[in-house]
Amino acid sequence: MNAPTSMGARPPHLLDFQDWTPERLGAILDNADTMLQVLDRPVKKVPALQGLTVCNAFFENSTRTRTSFELAARRMSADVLTFAAGASSVSKGESLRDTLEVLTSYKVDAYIVRHHAAGAAHLVARYSGKPVINAGDGRRAHPTQALLDAYTIRQEYGSLEGKKIAILGDIRHSRVARSNAELLPKLGAQVVLCGPATLLPPGLAKMPGVTLTTDPREAVRGAHAVMALRLQRERMAGGFLGSLQEYADTYQVNDTLLQEAESGAIVLHPGPMNRDLEISSDAADGPQSRILKQVENGQAIRMSVLYHLLVGRN
Amino acid sequence: MTPKATILTADEVRRALTRIAHEIIERNKGAENLALIGVHTRGIPLARRLAEKLSTLEGVDVPTGMLDITLYRDDLSEVAQQPIIRETQVPFDLRDRRVILVDDVLYTGRTVRAALDALIDLGRPAGIQLAVLVDRGHRELPIRADYVGKNLPTAASEVVKVKLQETDDVDSVELWDMEALR
Repeated sequence: MNAPTSMGARPPHLLDFQDWTPERLGAILDNADTMLQVLDRPVKKVPALQGLTVCNAFFENSTRTRTSFELAARRMSADVLTFAAGASSVSKGESLRDTLEVLTSYKVDAYIVRHHAAGAAHLVARYSGKPVINAGDGRRAHPTQALLDAYTIRQEYGSLEGKKIAILGDIRHSRVARSNAELLPKLGAQVVLCGPATLLPPGLAKMPGVTLTTDPREAVRGAHAVMALRLQRERMAGGFLGSLQEYADTYQVNDTLLQEAESGAIVLHPGPMNRDLEISSDAADGPQSRILKQVENGQAIRMSVLYHLLVGRN
Repeated sequence: MTPKATILTADEVRRALTRIAHEIIERNKGAENLALIGVHTRGIPLARRLAEKLSTLEGVDVPTGMLDITLYRDDLSEVAQQPIIRETQVPFDLRDRRVILVDDVLYTGRTVRAALDALIDLGRPAGIQLAVLVDRGHRELPIRADYVGKNLPTAASEVVKVKLQETDDVDSVELWDMEALR
């Protein structure tokens, strides 16, 4: 039984969601169900990617995402080559292209790329000729994070159709916000992006299914899921914020703010959290929180993405 | 378009399954500690039907499950189209149970090889047996069935179509020329 052709041509990479039809994205989410089942078995591994080598090329620090991808690839029986820039010749000034040529001669079959520069994953896709998964490029995109968020919401409500998702925080610097604003409306949800005006680029309102507001109560009103973004403390230096306390007083996701949301609305955070800054401990640890669920789902989603990109290529 | 031959009619399918159920009971000296696990797609209704028969004959409720072998296929790196993954559901402990794997057609044996690996990853059954409605020959691996509804010599240019009430609204086994199906 093969995937119906109505899904459209299969994109060779997952860099963002531009070339991905809602049907194909739906198939990734569907197959994550199976992957979660695999993770629940005595043998948490399937031989689907046996013989393939996946390179985790992380040019920017990220313990969580890297671990999640690494485990996902191993659970699919791929061999994993982890390349962390800090410990490599990149710090000695080797260019991305040279690094890639070296990695290519190790016969890598796919790349997972995290880089501080927007478009880095596109560059790897162009030079390597192999499937590339963007694991975060600058503030541009972090598609597997958005997929795991979508999956977590779908797990709760069965579908994203007609659901309202509020995303609060430093929208300006957030690839998570951008990827979610691209993905969730494709799956039928509406997205409200909310933050202080200095951190809320007005251009994002042009995206279909996306609205902006600086008013957190308005953002959260009637929402089915409320996502708090990590506030990078170094943003303070950029003059974007008056003070952290001022930010927390207005935009913190906490029980008071959540009262505005749909009853039973779930709380999400891409991690790592600044407790009691962008999210209160009550909200992070309360019954509505799905933050640990997100981590678990992340592994299943990444297994599913690897399956979708690496199986049936010839 | 018509099949080259009808191999089994609805009545013959029913009788073949009844016979298999009797053979299962005989070989296992009853139906205790058995489980029937069907391989997608048509192995699943066949497993359920065998469970019903075992329940009627022996008064034992034999648990049934379903197995998808996609992630265990040995040709995943070669297939052109991406296979859809379907549900695996084995809601009981395999330990100390004898599992009867059920499929509609036994051909190259590659599906069964994959199913054995998938099954063993779910737990360690006391034993695994294989029941198929049709054995059409042309094995590529050293695998054989313990229970066979119908042995059917075929050519590689032929297709065996198993139709079941649950999936196709009719019970029958037909032999087709591959050309006629194109």
